[in-house]
Amino acid sequence: MKNDDLGMTLIVKVITRLTVGLILLYGFYVVLHGHIGPGGGFAGGIIMALSLIHLMLAYGKEAVTKKIGRRRGIKIASIGALLFLALIVMFAPGGRVGILPFYDIAISIMVGAGLFTIFLALVILITEREE
Amino acid sequence: MSFLLWFIVIPLVCAFLIALLGRLIKNLGDVLTNVAGLSLLILSCYAVQKIALSKVITCKLGSWPFAIGSYLVADGFSVLLLVIVNLICFLALVYSLSYMVSYTDKWNYQALFMLMIAGLNGVILSADIFSLYVFLEVASISGYALVAFSTEPEALEASFRYTIIGSLASVCILLGIALLYSYTSTLNMNDIAMIIATKPQGQLVGFISVLFLAGFGMKAAIVPFHAWLPDAHSSAPSPVSAVLSGVVIKILGVYALTRVFFNVLGASSSLLYCLMVLGLISMVTGAFLATAQNDMKRMFAYSSISQVGYIIFALGLGTPLALLGGLFHLLNHAVFKSLLFFNAGAIEQATCSRDLSKLKGLSQRLPVTSATALAGSMSIAGLPPFAGFWSKLIIIIASLEAGHPVFALIAALTSIVTLVYYLKFQSGVFFGTLDSAFSQIKEVPLTMKIPMVALAILSLTGGLLLIPGFRVFLQSAVEVIRP
Amino acid sequence: MSEYFLCFILFCVGLYCLLRKRNIIKIIVGLAIIEYAVNLFLILIGYRTHGRAPIFSHDQEIQNMVDPLPQAMVLTTIVIGLAVIVVAVALAVRIYGKYKTFDITKIRRLKG
Repeated sequence: MKNDDLGMTLIVKVITRLTVGLILLYGFYVVLHGHIGPGGGFAGGIIMALSLIHLMLAYGKEAVTKKIGRRRGIKIASIGALLFLALIVMFAPGGRVGILPFYDIAISIMVGAGLFTIFLALVILITEREE
Repeated sequence: MSFLLWFIVIPLVCAFLIALLGRLIKNLGDVLTNVAGLSLLILSCYAVQKIALSKVITCKLGSWPFAIGSYLVADGFSVLLLVIVNLICFLALVYSLSYMVSYTDKWNYQALFMLMIAGLNGVILSADIFSLYVFLEVASISGYALVAFSTEPEALEASFRYTIIGSLASVCILLGIALLYSYTSTLNMNDIAMIIATKPQGQLVGFISVLFLAGFGMKAAIVPFHAWLPDAHSSAPSPVSAVLSGVVIKILGVYALTRVFFNVLGASSSLLYCLMVLGLISMVTGAFLATAQNDMKRMFAYSSISQVGYIIFALGLGTPLALLGGLFHLLNHAVFKSLLFFNAGAIEQATCSRDLSKLKGLSQRLPVTSATALAGSMSIAGLPPFAGFWSKLIIIIASLEAGHPVFALIAALTSIVTLVYYLKFQSGVFFGTLDSAFSQIKEVPLTMKIPMVALAILSLTGGLLLIPGFRVFLQSAVEVIRP
Repeated sequence: MSEYFLCFILFCVGLYCLLRKRNIIKIIVGLAIIEYAVNLFLILIGYRTHGRAPIFSHDQEIQNMVDPLPQAMVLTTIVIGLAVIVVAVALAVRIYGKYKTFDITKIRRLKG
C-alpha cells in the first residue's frame, strides 16, 4: 500500500499507524487539562507537533508535506496567534478567569504548528542543499 | 478598556496578519505596517497627555489583586521612551518602503519588525520583572533574525555572534531574576523595591547587581561587552541598523538598567561609581576606534558605543541635573543616529558603496541627503545651536557640579574627537569634487527623503525641549528615577 | 545544598563549551546546556522541604506544596530557549552553505 523503500522498515510503519493517534489524543488531553494539572498550552502543543513529526520520520517527508507543508504550517500558526490575541483583547482586562482552557487551545495551535514548521524548515533545507 | 494594552496588541496583530496573508495580497505589508506605526505614534502622544494629568497609568490583566497579578504601568519615564520608540520605528517603516524592494520576501521583514516593536513596547510598559525579561527576549530574537536578513556571508556571521552574546546576556539577566525571586518571593517591581529597602541584605544585592550589570551591559554594548555591535550594526539593512542603534540598545540596555538599578535595587554609591567609570571607558574607546574606520556604518556603530557611554556616565553621576542631561542625550542620540544610518542607507543605495576612501563630493548629486547628514553630524558632534550641544553641555556641567572635574575634562575632549571623525565623514563624502564614477547617480526616492528630513528638523529643534514650558516632559521622567 | 552546587557545575560545563570549542554546533550545544542549567536553578529555588507537587486536588490541603511560581516561569523560559536555539541553528545551516566550514576561527570576514 505505502511505498516500501521510503521511510523506515515495515515494523516501524505498523507501530506508527497505531501510536500516532494516541500521541495526538494525549497531547490534546494535556492541553485541555492545563489549568488543573501539569502541562498547558506549550507542552500540549509540542506533543501534538511531535505526533506529526513521528509520522514524518516513519513514512518519509512526502506523506506529511503533501497535506501540511511549510506555508500552510505558518498560516495555521498565525491563525492560532491571532485567536490568542483576540482572546486577550476581549477578555483580559475584565478579568474573567473561566476562559483559561481557550487560551490553552489557542496557544497549543500556535506552538504545535510553529514547531512543526520549524522542523520542516530546518530539515527540508538540508536535503535541498545536499543535492 | 485600558489603552496601554493596545501598544502591545496592535504590533502583534499586525505581525501575524502579515505572516498569514502577506504572500497572497500584494502590498498588504506596506499598508498595514505604516497604518499600525502611525496609530502607535498617535497613541503614545495621547499617553503623554494623559500622564500630564495623572502621574501613573496602569492596566490590569486578569482580576487578580495587585500583589499577585501582572499588569502594565506607564509613568513619566516610560512615556518619554514610548514616544521615542514609536517615532523612530514609524519613520524606519516609512523608510523601508522603498529601501527593501531589493530584498526578497519583504513581508517576512515587516512581520519581524512588528514583532520587535511589540517587544520594545512591552519592555517599556511591563510592571513586573519577569514580563520585562519575556518582552526583552521577544525583541532580542527578532533582532537576531533581522540582522541576518540579507543572508550575505558577513551578515550571517555578524548575526551569529550577536545571537550568542545576546543569549548569554539574557541568561545572566535570568539568573539575576532567579536570585531576586528567591530573596523576595515576589516578581512585582514595586514590591521588590519595598522589601529590599527594609530587609537586611548582606552580599546578595551586590551579586545580583553585578549579574544585572553584565546582562544589561551586554545588551547596551558597554565597553567590555561591546564586541558584537560593530559587526551587527554594519551588516544589517539600514532601517534595521537605525532602529537597533537608535532605540534597541537603549531600551533593552539603558532603560532596563535604569529601572532595575534605580527603582528596584536602590542605587548605592559604589554601583553608581562603577557605572560612571564604565561610561567613561566606553566614551573614550568608542571615539578612538571610530576614527580608524573606513566603512561608514562601522564608524557609526563605534560612535553609538561612545554616545551610549555618555548616557551611562550621566546615569552614574546620579544628580538630578545629570539625569536630565542623560535622558535628553538618549532622546537626541536616538534622533540623530537614526538620521545618520538613514543617510548611510541612502548613499549605499545610490552609489552601491560604503567605503569612505572612495566616496567623494556627493553633495552635488544628492542634495537632500547631504543637507540632512550635515544636520546629523553637527548635532552629534555637539555644535550649537543643534540639540546635541545642549545635552552634552548639561552632562559636562553636571559632572563639574558633582565634583569630578577630571571626568568632565575627559568628556569634553571626547566630544572634540567626535567632531574630528564626523568632520572626516562629512568633508570626505560630501564636499570636494565629484568623482567621475558617480556622475550618474540619482537622488533617493520620496519615502526615503521624508524620514530623513523629519529627523533633521527634530535634531535642530530638539534644544527647544529645555525651554521651561517643555521641560516638564523631561523633568517628570527624572522625578520617577530619582524622587 | 549539593544540588545547587551540581547546577553550578552544569553551568560551568556549558560556559566552557561555549567559550572554548571551535565548531559552531558545539557552541550552540554549550548555549543550550547553559539555558537548561539556569532553568534547573529556577526550579530548585522553589523547593520547600517535604513539599508535594503543586497540583490542586480535593483530598489534600494546600499547605505543603512546593512553590508553583518558578515552575510557571520555567515553562516560559524553556520556550524562549527553544526559540533562541532554533535561530542559532538556522544561522549555522546558512553559514555552512556560504562558508563551507563549521570552524569559527575560519569564519572571520569582518575585521576591525
